[in-house]
Amino acid sequence: MTKATLQALLSHWWRNPLQLFTLLAGLALATALWSGVQAVNAEARASYDAAATTLGEGQYDRLVRRDGQPMAQDTYITLRRAGWLVSPVVQGRLNGVRIVGIEPLTAPGGIGPVAPQEGADAARFLSGEGQLFGNADTASRLPEQAFVITPEAAPGTAVTDIGVAQRLLDRQGQIDTLIVLSGQPMGQPPLADIAPDLARQSAQGGSDIARLTDSFHLNLTAFGLLSFAVGIFIVNGAIGLAFEQRRPVVRTLRALGVPLRGLVVLMGAELMLFALIAGGAGVALGYVVAALLLPDVAATLRGLYGADVSGTLQLRPVWWLSGLAIALGGTAVAASGALYQLAQMPLLAAAQPRALAMAAGKRARFQGIVALGLLCAAGILMATANGLLSGFALLATLLIGAALALPLVLDRVLAGLSRLAKSMTAQWFWADTRQQLPGLSLALMALLLAMAANVGVSTMVSSFRLTFTDFLDQRLASELYVEVEDTAQLAALVDFASPRADAILPIQSAEVMIADQPTEVFGSRDHATYRDNWVFLENTAAAWDRTFDGEAILINEQLARRSGLSIGGVVQVQGQAFPIVGVYGDYGNPIGQAVIGEDAFVRLFPQVIPRRFGLRMDPAAVPGFVQELEEKAGIPATQSVDQAQIKAISLAIFERTFTVTTALNVLTLAVAGFAILMSLLTLATMRVPQLAPVWAMGLTRRQIGWLELMRAMMLAVLTAIVALPLGLALAWALLAVVNVAAFGWKLPMYLFPLDYARLGFFALLAAALAALWPARRLARTPPADLLKVFSNER
Amino acid sequence: MLLRVTDIHKTYQTADGPFAVLRGIDLTLEAGETLALTGESGSGKSTLLHLIGGLDTPDAGQIVLQDQDIAALDDAARAALRRGIVGVVFQQFNLIPSLRIADNIAFQARLAGQHDAAWVKTLTDRMGLSAQLSKYPEQLSGGQQQRVAIARTLAPKPRLVLADEPTGNLDEATAAIVMDLMLELVSEAGAGLLMVTHSEALASRMSRRLHLKAGRVA
Repeated sequence: MTKATLQALLSHWWRNPLQLFTLLAGLALATALWSGVQAVNAEARASYDAAATTLGEGQYDRLVRRDGQPMAQDTYITLRRAGWLVSPVVQGRLNGVRIVGIEPLTAPGGIGPVAPQEGADAARFLSGEGQLFGNADTASRLPEQAFVITPEAAPGTAVTDIGVAQRLLDRQGQIDTLIVLSGQPMGQPPLADIAPDLARQSAQGGSDIARLTDSFHLNLTAFGLLSFAVGIFIVNGAIGLAFEQRRPVVRTLRALGVPLRGLVVLMGAELMLFALIAGGAGVALGYVVAALLLPDVAATLRGLYGADVSGTLQLRPVWWLSGLAIALGGTAVAASGALYQLAQMPLLAAAQPRALAMAAGKRARFQGIVALGLLCAAGILMATANGLLSGFALLATLLIGAALALPLVLDRVLAGLSRLAKSMTAQWFWADTRQQLPGLSLALMALLLAMAANVGVSTMVSSFRLTFTDFLDQRLASELYVEVEDTAQLAALVDFASPRADAILPIQSAEVMIADQPTEVFGSRDHATYRDNWVFLENTAAAWDRTFDGEAILINEQLARRSGLSIGGVVQVQGQAFPIVGVYGDYGNPIGQAVIGEDAFVRLFPQVIPRRFGLRMDPAAVPGFVQELEEKAGIPATQSVDQAQIKAISLAIFERTFTVTTALNVLTLAVAGFAILMSLLTLATMRVPQLAPVWAMGLTRRQIGWLELMRAMMLAVLTAIVALPLGLALAWALLAVVNVAAFGWKLPMYLFPLDYARLGFFALLAAALAALWPARRLARTPPADLLKVFSNER
Repeated sequence: MLLRVTDIHKTYQTADGPFAVLRGIDLTLEAGETLALTGESGSGKSTLLHLIGGLDTPDAGQIVLQDQDIAALDDAARAALRRGIVGVVFQQFNLIPSLRIADNIAFQARLAGQHDAAWVKTLTDRMGLSAQLSKYPEQLSGGQQQRVAIARTLAPKPRLVLADEPTGNLDEATAAIVMDLMLELVSEAGAGLLMVTHSEALASRMSRRLHLKAGRVA
């Protein structure tokens, strides 16, 4: 019995290959977008973990200097002699590779090179001659060094003996951090007695980079989920249609003696089999998507957070298993309604026409109530959301609510239009479009979501780009930036530049804790550059005067939001109280920042020697100045960067940041276009009986084809009109809620009507392309097929 | 006794309130016997047929088929009954559109685990369907489709054949041919036949006739 029933069930798909293709392709695309994003996230997280393992981040306490500067090697020796079990680490960059120097004899187990590798020479590792451990990509970036390839090493990181690292980085005698080993002996002298300039940082139970980049990955995950939801809409539509078409067959099977339970189980198993096949294809496709996206994601993470992520993808079992699981889960969700209806269907229920079933008033009412409830919840969340979770809840309620409301809104609009119609053809067109709406509603919902996501994300990106470009103009006001290596170069720069530049502005900073937040404090020189260019989000009168006088402090938005600080508040820096007189936007900076006057800074951080300077001068004089600086003051041109160069680099980093979301945007829109194509193609097969009477009454097949095309384009336009306000609401939620929660700053929202018009055009084009083939098929339906409709009615 | 129906009642809930379709029907049928159920539309003919076929359950009364009370059976047991003992021929043919004619004819016999290739071939030949075996139902005329439906019903050699206006969708000439074939084959199989019909001519060809009026035997 099972074999015969399965044969009957499966034969449906062989006779309707387009439907099978829609189902499999929809599910494969949904899985691909989801698992592609997950693969990128998994690869990045694996890279963070590897990086954290390199230095035992989150496992061991550390000793660092309070002013953030390197410590002398003598400090380490003093601590060891006093009984402190510490191990030194020095870090730096060489040819873009993070060089980590450890002391293998004192370093705790589990950090550094994971295990002695084939080819490793312990004597060479320890001798200072230098053997570096890293993956093949890292080794290729330092061809002149002796490398031992360790594939599991953190990307872009080379681990070596501390002596070798100091030599390579030209930092002899310097240590950045001391790792505090667990199991310290009793009775050590307190740290304050033997090294008062050191502070102990406790293990924080997780990788800093991982925490820092969580928001970025959360955004990616959210986008992956949205794409998956669009794909599941397609699957749901395909399954719903297939079940609807098979309803009479199911009734026949039951009448012929197939028990209901067995039938439900078989149909469920059939879908799960498809889910496995499509899920497997989706995972493979996701791998390709991830491989294409990963280099840009890696560049973004490196540019934005300084996080090194492998540019090559590994096939991780957890990832592809989760891809298959989400495909099965998605199918189960999409099919549950149809299977429930099947289980509840009375044996003698008449096979209702799809239109009647779909437009059943009860269901529409229920859908309307749910949509209204979700949109009300979104309204409440708009007023109250203040965290990442509530931000994403806002996005979800807004998008799902709007998607559910779409068919009802379109139905009302079409009803209104049909009342305006004067000719019989127009009346039939509007009435027929209303009848088609249930069959197309899932594809239109997918289009709505894709377009709203496009409007929302492009508004966010473009607002960000506009704000960021302005911000760069403010913050990179100096025409030239010069970095000096030592005090001799410092003196040479000041001597040379003083008579030639309009102003020399030191860029000096120290890392401190302000209101329990790690903060970089800058000491700025009194100059019009700051007064003229910086824009405050809020400030008191004479904010710059008071800051340069050493009386007050300016803080960035991130610090203000995270610590709940605002104008009038007071913060402590190195024991001195500073009232806050201004809060400024500081886009792209993950940590807190503050500005005090130069004099106050020098008084509080006497050990900090400024190494970077901004020079104000005529932009045309910059190339000549750089050349003379090298020739006459002995400061190489490589230590000078002009403003235009920095801006170009910053903008390039920024552009790559959003390459990923742009790519996902395009993919989502493509999936929505695919949904429309599949829905129209499937509906076209059911359209002949509806169109035959119109043909018989005098409309030509060509006219019918044109009207089909017009119908799809008109529905796309109506959907685009709904998508625009939804997308803008989405952009607002991203900018004002999600961004604030994720990054700590709020962006102003700008509108880009031309971009929206372009998107509308592309949506229209997608709908037209999707409708073209089905419309052509209908226009070429042989008269014999149309006549068959009437002969079948006998 | 192949079938005994005793005091069957069935009421449906409608928008205007409960509607009693059957109000105490009694009938019997022997193996090899043919019985025509006639009556006006809404008299309860099809409902009675559905109850006997285990497609629906009565509110009261007994339907005993080969010593089994159908009304007392659960869904799975009634499904088993439909697979092996009862065969139903529907007015709308109810073929499986995605299966070829050969598979449609053999379908119920395979479902019941009673596939007899020689008997299926006999049915196919006698119904004049040998040239249509590789086609799909949509490629056949109404009369041909009904012949396929009859062949499918008879393929597992059911003890009782229930036919609900099997020629209602066919023209007179085709209906006569189809009916001749069905009666011949049912007779050869030694099965009982209970047929709902509006046609006086068809009813007159049955061994007996039962006329229903307003849910009762008239």
